[in-house]
Amino acid sequence: MIARIAATLVALAVPLPATADIDIQEVTSPGGIDAWLVEDDSIPFVALEFWFIGGSGLDPAEARGATYLMTGLLEEGAADMDAQAFAAAQEALATSFVVDSFRDAIVVSAQMLTQNRDAAADLLRAALVEPRFDADAIERTRGQVISIIESNERDPSDIATTTFNRLAYGDHPYGTTQEGTVEVVSRLTREDIVAAYRATLTRDRVVVGAAGDITPEELGLLIDRILGDLPAEAPPRPGPAEFGLEGGVTVVDFPTPQASVFFGHAGIARDDPDFFAAFVLNQVLGGGGFRSRLMEQVRVERGLTYGIGTFLSLADLSPTLLGQFSSSNDLVAQAIEVVQAEWADLAENGITQDELDAAIRYMTGEYPLRFDGNATIAGILAAMQSDDMPVEYIENRNAYVEAVTLEDVRRVAARLLRPEDLHFVVVGRPEGLSPGN
Amino acid sequence: MLHRLALALGLTLTPLAAQAAGEVEEFFLDNGMQVVVIEDHRTPAVTHMVWYRVGAADEPPGQSGIAHFLEHLMFKATDDMASGQFSEVVEANGGSDNAFTAWDYTGYFQRVAADRLGLMMQMEADRMRDLVFDPVEVATERSVILEERAQRTDSSPGALFNEQMRAALFLNHPYGIPIIGWRHEMEGLTLENARAFYETWYHPNNAILIVAGDVTPEEVRALAEEHYGPIPASAALPERLRPTEPPHIADRRVIYEDERVANPYVSIQMLAPVREPGDQREAAALVYLAELLGGGGPSALMSRQLQFEEERSLYAAAFYDSTSVDPSGFSLVNVPVPGVSLEEAEADIWRMVETFLEQGIDADHFARIQFQIEAGEIYEEDDTQGLARSWGVELTTGLTVADVEGWTAALAAVTPEDVMDAARRLFDDPSTVTGYLQRPAEPAPEAQPTEVNQ
Repeated sequence: MIARIAATLVALAVPLPATADIDIQEVTSPGGIDAWLVEDDSIPFVALEFWFIGGSGLDPAEARGATYLMTGLLEEGAADMDAQAFAAAQEALATSFVVDSFRDAIVVSAQMLTQNRDAAADLLRAALVEPRFDADAIERTRGQVISIIESNERDPSDIATTTFNRLAYGDHPYGTTQEGTVEVVSRLTREDIVAAYRATLTRDRVVVGAAGDITPEELGLLIDRILGDLPAEAPPRPGPAEFGLEGGVTVVDFPTPQASVFFGHAGIARDDPDFFAAFVLNQVLGGGGFRSRLMEQVRVERGLTYGIGTFLSLADLSPTLLGQFSSSNDLVAQAIEVVQAEWADLAENGITQDELDAAIRYMTGEYPLRFDGNATIAGILAAMQSDDMPVEYIENRNAYVEAVTLEDVRRVAARLLRPEDLHFVVVGRPEGLSPGN
Repeated sequence: MLHRLALALGLTLTPLAAQAAGEVEEFFLDNGMQVVVIEDHRTPAVTHMVWYRVGAADEPPGQSGIAHFLEHLMFKATDDMASGQFSEVVEANGGSDNAFTAWDYTGYFQRVAADRLGLMMQMEADRMRDLVFDPVEVATERSVILEERAQRTDSSPGALFNEQMRAALFLNHPYGIPIIGWRHEMEGLTLENARAFYETWYHPNNAILIVAGDVTPEEVRALAEEHYGPIPASAALPERLRPTEPPHIADRRVIYEDERVANPYVSIQMLAPVREPGDQREAAALVYLAELLGGGGPSALMSRQLQFEEERSLYAAAFYDSTSVDPSGFSLVNVPVPGVSLEEAEADIWRMVETFLEQGIDADHFARIQFQIEAGEIYEEDDTQGLARSWGVELTTGLTVADVEGWTAALAAVTPEDVMDAARRLFDDPSTVTGYLQRPAEPAPEAQPTEVNQ
């Protein structure tokens, strides 16, 4: 049956949908806030996503952790409601708000039923515009944050990431965790929290994605209702982060039977002319699914790990190429050697035509399937705007991927993949791994 | 905020009433394969799933982990396809694929463009009966599952603690054995074990096909008859006869110490009834009980009192799994603030249970939960893959399509009196397992990470 399936596969390889059939409407609210909307009234609710660009990266060093703590407090009391009353109001409307803090953005995701949308919007407005930051809520939430920090400090995979970032970025906000340290978080004041609030949640830094049962006119009014009373302007963002880590291995001793590994080196910016070639290259190297070089060599061929992957991190202030995996202490040295060898091989020889074809087929076939459900679509729309992409990107994106040639990938592999610069942070009790190799 | 803490602790609540809802089309092929179709025409994609009514709780004694090991081996060669080619073809068609194993089921799924559905069925039907077991690949893949166990269980004190808690809770039922397997038994799993498990259970009359997305039932029927229809039913399919629990007459205690523990906590677990075919009332009442007592949000009694009023807990919640073949667990968890001991945290849990039994249910809170369950039906429609997965869990745990379609109505029919009755039955002199997850008394100095630079 191999031949039959292969034949079917070839026959089917061409007519994949070339583009996502997504109709985006660009909306500007009466108050001047831009949003993208995919209107679909088949389910009576709307998903909204607000990205406030800047995020916890705006924390001053002496108040690192203030933004993370602040975002945890938005639903702990707002306007005339304490945390209990706010939660009860949310439950009564069956609306959900999730506030997440990242180093480049604060992301607020909301879902609202059509039947009570205005009331739900008023509640979200209260959280974003009139948070109370009551003393008891601050202490309660501070205690939770400290327990999260302590938990992360004993998690091998978190230790690996944190160590890598500290070694790579030093004092830049990218070099420290957004939760902060127990020491700093313990002495954050209400003033620090209010300052973080003023610095991060502003109208000039917000992008909005919406999908579901709402018209463009209704969306414009709804956005002003929620965000209209926020301050207009934010303070400047920190400058670019210098990636200051050289090749090598750092071992962090930790009592665990399996070592966690985080590795990488500098990457490539989204506006680089070779970005799409790098995107395809990463797919072959360690992109999702079971078929990447690293999954094949480290897991399938040798059984050295349960999973390994790499990704192009497009962090606003310092693009990188990163990866992670876990291997038992007695296997991890071998796994690292295999990663280094694959890195060197791709840098020198590039990829094969078959690998290029398979990667392009996967990436172009998978893309239209992503636009799946209101919540997902709202998120994609906000993310695209945060990257300054035009609406037409969705239509053209597969053509950019398809245009990548073997020579493009060879060129970008030689430039991007530098085995001698690859740094591995290994958290565990690795055998046969001297820190200097 | 609370959801972040719950994530950091590895304690996550299932969203309220995250069960399948709405209407589906159901039919059976002549060989007994059950087929369920969920239509969603918003995106030109389908999720194609085949679920087997077999899981870790159906494993032969001494072979813990074999159901999950076989799931991994299903991605190797068949008589017609090379090892790894299954995923290769899926990815070459822009799709993604994976699989999962639980105590009661094993499932395989792909998500692809809707016009690739036939190809997925062709390959899935092929590996239902024609898997080839290669000794070298079996040995390598055994190493992969041992690494998986190291990553998911051995690297996490919370996961090790849960494993010990379940082992203590179930005296006789295989729900007490970890899905991934005990390490010493995993190391001994053989090709023959995997083959025997496959030959016993992987047949169309033990499988459920679920297709969700941009298709019609007629299209699914035609393709399913073409690809799965020719596979003969097994005449020797065993019943799922599992060892059952004796009466629990003794309380048990589990103390697990691990120097990697950051936030010590206490967990109290007891057996609870689950949804039964034709009778979901008790389970529906227990869903409300878990939500009212410890739903995780600030409104539930445990968090309202222990986190907000008294500030004695970082996190306090109740967990109930309503959907499994055999009775499963109801658990109560309390993570005390520093300075409150686990003994006190344990007493706090029981104080909350007693308060609940004495005070009864606030009518407003009850009404809000009812409305959230109603609204949940709307929100769940947005996530077709999630719906497909819920259907799979429900059907492989013995429920019928009528039960699943009636679940929302069963939830809507629950009254506060039903919840109080269910609470009294559950908490009236239960035999419990009480567990402490804690650090050793003197923290070993090596638990502090030390770093060696290049």
